[in-house]
Amino acid sequence: MLKNVHFGPSVLPFLLVLPQIIVTLVFFIWPASQALYQSLLLEDAFGLKTEFVWFRNFEDLLSDPLYWDSFKITIVFSFLVAFLSMSFALILALFADRVIKGSGAYRTLLIWPYAVAPVTAGALWVFMFNPTLGIVSYALSALGYEWNHQLNGGEAMALVVMASAWKQVAYNFLFFLAGLQSIPKSLIEAAAIDGAGPMRRTIDIVLPLLSPTTFFLLVINIVYAFFETFGVIHVVTAGGPAGATNILVYKVFNDGFVGLDLGGSAAQSVILMIMVIALTVVQFKYVEKRVDY
Amino acid sequence: MIENRPLLTIFSHIMLILGVAVIALPIWIMFVAASHPEIRMTQVPLPMLPGGHFFENLDIALSRGMSGMDGNGVGYMMLNSLAMAMMIAVGKIAISLLSAFAIVYFRFPFRMFFFWMIFITLMLPVEVRILPTYEVVANLGMLDTYWGLSIPLIASATATFMFRQVFLTIPDELLEAARIDGAGPMRFFWDILIPMSRTNIAALFVILFIYGWNQYLWPLLITSETSMYTIVMGIKQMLEAAEQVPQWNIIMMTALLAMLPPVCVVIFMQSLFVKGLTETEK
Amino acid sequence: MARVVLEGIRKTYPNGFKAIHGVDVEIEEGEFLVLVGPSGCGKSTLLRMIAGLESITEGRLSIGGRDVNNLEPSERDIAMVFQNYALYPHMSVYKNMAYGLKIMGLPKAEIEERVKKAAAILELTDEQLTRKPRQLSGGQRQRVAMGRAIVREPSVFLFDEPLSNLDAKLRVQMRLEIKTLQANLGITSVYVTHDQVEAMTLGHRLMVLNAGNVEQLGTPIELYQRPASLFVAGFIGSPAMNFADAKIDAEGKNITISGQEALPLGDGGMPEHGGKDVILGIRPEHLELVVEAPDAVPMTVTMVEQLGADTLVHGHFGESRSDLTVRLDGIRHIKGGEVLPIRVAPDHLHVFDPKTERRLS
Repeated sequence: MLKNVHFGPSVLPFLLVLPQIIVTLVFFIWPASQALYQSLLLEDAFGLKTEFVWFRNFEDLLSDPLYWDSFKITIVFSFLVAFLSMSFALILALFADRVIKGSGAYRTLLIWPYAVAPVTAGALWVFMFNPTLGIVSYALSALGYEWNHQLNGGEAMALVVMASAWKQVAYNFLFFLAGLQSIPKSLIEAAAIDGAGPMRRTIDIVLPLLSPTTFFLLVINIVYAFFETFGVIHVVTAGGPAGATNILVYKVFNDGFVGLDLGGSAAQSVILMIMVIALTVVQFKYVEKRVDY
Repeated sequence: MIENRPLLTIFSHIMLILGVAVIALPIWIMFVAASHPEIRMTQVPLPMLPGGHFFENLDIALSRGMSGMDGNGVGYMMLNSLAMAMMIAVGKIAISLLSAFAIVYFRFPFRMFFFWMIFITLMLPVEVRILPTYEVVANLGMLDTYWGLSIPLIASATATFMFRQVFLTIPDELLEAARIDGAGPMRFFWDILIPMSRTNIAALFVILFIYGWNQYLWPLLITSETSMYTIVMGIKQMLEAAEQVPQWNIIMMTALLAMLPPVCVVIFMQSLFVKGLTETEK
Repeated sequence: MARVVLEGIRKTYPNGFKAIHGVDVEIEEGEFLVLVGPSGCGKSTLLRMIAGLESITEGRLSIGGRDVNNLEPSERDIAMVFQNYALYPHMSVYKNMAYGLKIMGLPKAEIEERVKKAAAILELTDEQLTRKPRQLSGGQRQRVAMGRAIVREPSVFLFDEPLSNLDAKLRVQMRLEIKTLQANLGITSVYVTHDQVEAMTLGHRLMVLNAGNVEQLGTPIELYQRPASLFVAGFIGSPAMNFADAKIDAEGKNITISGQEALPLGDGGMPEHGGKDVILGIRPEHLELVVEAPDAVPMTVTMVEQLGADTLVHGHFGESRSDLTVRLDGIRHIKGGEVLPIRVAPDHLHVFDPKTERRLS
């Protein structure tokens, strides 16, 4: 943590941390504590007076079926995104690890969607699946399936999942490939000498050894789906139809900025904060033991 | 590979090519749409092969934008995005380098307190403190400014941790040698630490540039004047307008422009990008 | 060139650990002093206290007549060569050597002149001056590290185990180079090492440290001939001195190992220690194989190591269980199980008090 050899006492270190601390205090700690405080207040309909109501906002929130819907939607959404993008990335990484020639080229071709903004990704997918014009929905209707994510909640969910997962494949692929390449070749060779074929080796040796990477990516993907897909949702479905894709982060934004329900939005923020803290703790507890083989 | 199975290798290549195709398909469709005239974009089925109006659309997007918008094109939005991305990346790197330097190389009161304070920022993404942060920025008069776009995002636990890690691997003897050479703390920082962290700084810059360029929720909240819009916001604005006037060729051109700078950064600085991604996750 | 004076130097760490228990030494102008001892004995700490990299808890340190206790390292007129060289990896060799001079604010021309001069002394080519440290071999890096010290034209050179990262052959070569360099420049030097051969060959005087205490300070020959303590006796010399529990007879004329063979004590014996239990030390090279002599002691051989130039014979006197090693010149055809008549030169006996571990004779 601290170097054994370090500089003597002076005011310099305080000046050095000052910029970061000011930004942290003003834009992180203060707003977060405001959120905590506001979550305990209730503002009347005209915004004229506020009342300290202890945990009323939380009680209201937790007894609101819409909030629980949003909660369930978020869970479903996150796991679908994590599962879809991770399994797609893992399969590609397994093949890329196998080919010697061109694995660098495949990597280049697969990692760039990481750089595409969620909003841009949403725009691409919403265009492809546009019910009247979209190429994919046209193809689907030729097959006899009428796609309309603007009306069908399940289709809306599928679309935001695909758009979000598409963007995340790059990241997962990169880490899976790195994980695969760090498995000692001698282990694979030993298994081959034991008579295990490629498929068996993958299942018996490679996947178990890859599990630290898999778990790490699972946490990262859930965090991504929870907090970084706002742009996708905003562009593709705006939480609709009928709240079918109203994930928690979108609901905070919507209730606070559009619905102007300060106390309720603050209470939601606080719950989200608790979830981030939990996820961070999981991630950090885990990261310490990450190098496993 | 362990055993020579040409069929399996060929199969692997086929699967990889299919995978690349699936990943690239949306981009191809975007590119094709951006190269056709507006009228073609209203006829079902939409084209799958590029047309000849790419540069015409590029010109329209950059100089005028979509009909129904302010007619200033999206060029200035790209400049806004660039300014925001640069300020975020440079700002994060600068303040993180300084605080990591303080935390690793100085013993001072409240050192660990400051460290934990920076750590906490990791647990408070902008998404969970939207409203109060907006209020702070509004009270400071920073709405619709570049400062407002960037400064609230530049506190960074990840970057501070990464530099801390980098500094910890630098041998103590270098500091001792520098002290014998008569270098004070800031001189050591500039002459030794910064040059020795060059590749880490570059790698982090790549990641943070992408992060900054792709910001959406935050600019959406604090900008109301169209002159402060970023390109990513421009896409959303166009999509809303598309309900009435489906100028998909211009929208897709804008999307192309929006993804071009960060994608180029990833492709042309791939090794730095990979280094940055893997290091910030440590 | 300067005298370095240490008076009552002590070091206590904030956690209460006492690293140095009081060191007094006057290092003369142009002297080469070697601090030697096992790892953790405090030798590096002492050097770093002289350099100003560690604070001095108690005592007075003066360099060239100037009290430097509270001066920054750069103000002490010293230069240091580190164990891992501590070259700035991102700077060329030239810049590495010039960096301190640049901070001193010397004009460019003078910096260049000094660097060129040092490079010439160390036989570094102009081409090597433009390289980065990682493009150099271990020996070349070592030279650059010395060059960085030389260009400062300091009053004192400090060396912190500078050769320990080199392979054996290069170490011998660089050892000679350092010795020649120091002799030519005549700069007062303090050199830390755990290698007793390095210490013996380099130092004008050696300071043997053990657990933060000075065991002995003296010339290499003094340390070899009259080690002041059991520790010094065991540390200096290779192969290490043989030790055995022994007893001096009542008159103090003879000494007996484990109740076995009596050896005469030379120089009139040690009457003041008559009847005392002691530890006897004999260097392997001071045991000789004799044909047949009245004072020869029979040694049972257990194992023989042929080194070519020498032969090391391991065994024990009679029934005594104390192992001892005899060093014989040249190649000897000796086998395990043989009994050899061994003679001990009386002037080469070292007698130590088992309690204080100090020298008695």
